[in-house]
Amino acid sequence: MNCTEFLANLTDYFDAKTAATLRVELERHMGGCSHCHVTVDTTRQTIEVYRNNELFELPESIRTQLHQAVLKKCANLKRKKAHTA
Amino acid sequence: MATMLTPEEKEANALHPDLLLVERVKAGDLSAFEQLMRQYDRQIFRIALHITQNREDAEDIVQDTFFKAFQKVNQFQGNSKFYTWLVRIAVNESLMRLRKRRSQKTVSMDDEIQTEEGSIPRDFADWMPNPEQNYNQAELADILRKTIKGLPPGFRTVFALRDIDGLSTEETAQALGLSVPAVKSRLLRARLQLRERLSRYFRVPTGEHAS
Repeated sequence: MNCTEFLANLTDYFDAKTAATLRVELERHMGGCSHCHVTVDTTRQTIEVYRNNELFELPESIRTQLHQAVLKKCANLKRKKAHTA
Repeated sequence: MATMLTPEEKEANALHPDLLLVERVKAGDLSAFEQLMRQYDRQIFRIALHITQNREDAEDIVQDTFFKAFQKVNQFQGNSKFYTWLVRIAVNESLMRLRKRRSQKTVSMDDEIQTEEGSIPRDFADWMPNPEQNYNQAELADILRKTIKGLPPGFRTVFALRDIDGLSTEETAQALGLSVPAVKSRLLRARLQLRERLSRYFRVPTGEHAS
C-alpha cells in the first residue's frame, strides 16, 4: 500500500468502517510511514479539538426571543388556516 | 436527492420519539413544536453560523427554518429523521443568505471545491502534546473559528455536520442532497485542510521534539 491508497481509505478508517483485513494493511502502512502516522494522529486531534470546544453559543435570552417570534408566526398561521377552513 | 432507507433504518426511525412530537404538531399542537425547537435550535444555529459566518444571519435562519418546518410539516413523511429534514431546510436557508450577502453571486455546496488544494498533506510536523493547553479558552476558540472560516462553505458544512454535530455520513448526504462518496471525499479534504491550517498553531516548535 502506498500513501495515496492510504489516504483514499482514511475517512472509512476514522469512522471504523474498514474491513478487518484492510484495517490491518492500513495500520501496517502507518507503522512504516512517519508522514501517514503524523497525518492520522494530527487529523484525529483536529476532529477532537473541534468536537470538544463549543464555538458558537446561543445565549438563553436570544433563544427565548427566537422561540417567541417563531411561535407567534405559527399561531398566526394556524389561526389563518382555521379561518379559511 | 433522497436516499432510500434500509428496513433497519426505517424501523429505527419509526421508534424515534421525535415522530410522536411531529404527529402532534401536524394536529396543530404548538407546545410539541416548541419542544422540538428547544431540542434542536442550538444545533441549527451552529450549522447556520458555520455556513454564513454571520451571527445575525444565523439567528434569522433559526427563525426561518423553524417557521418553514411548521408550514411544511405535513410534507414530512418520516422517510428520514426529523432532525435531518430540519437540517436540510437550514442548509438551504443558509446558502440563500450567503448568496444575498455575496450580491446575488451563486453560492452552492459545490463552491470552490474543484481545486485540489489541501487534498494532499504537506505538513508532516508533529504537534505538541495537548497543544490546546498552550492557549486560553478565548484564544483557542478564536483560532478554531478563524481556521474553519478559511474553508470553502461546502467543506466546512460537511465537517460541521459530520464531525461537530455527529450526523452519520448517510444522514449528512441526505441533509445536503449529496451522494455518500461526495460526502466522504469532502470530509477527507475538510479534515486535511483544517489539520494543515491548525498545524501552524499546534506544531512542535523547530528544534524541539514531542515527547
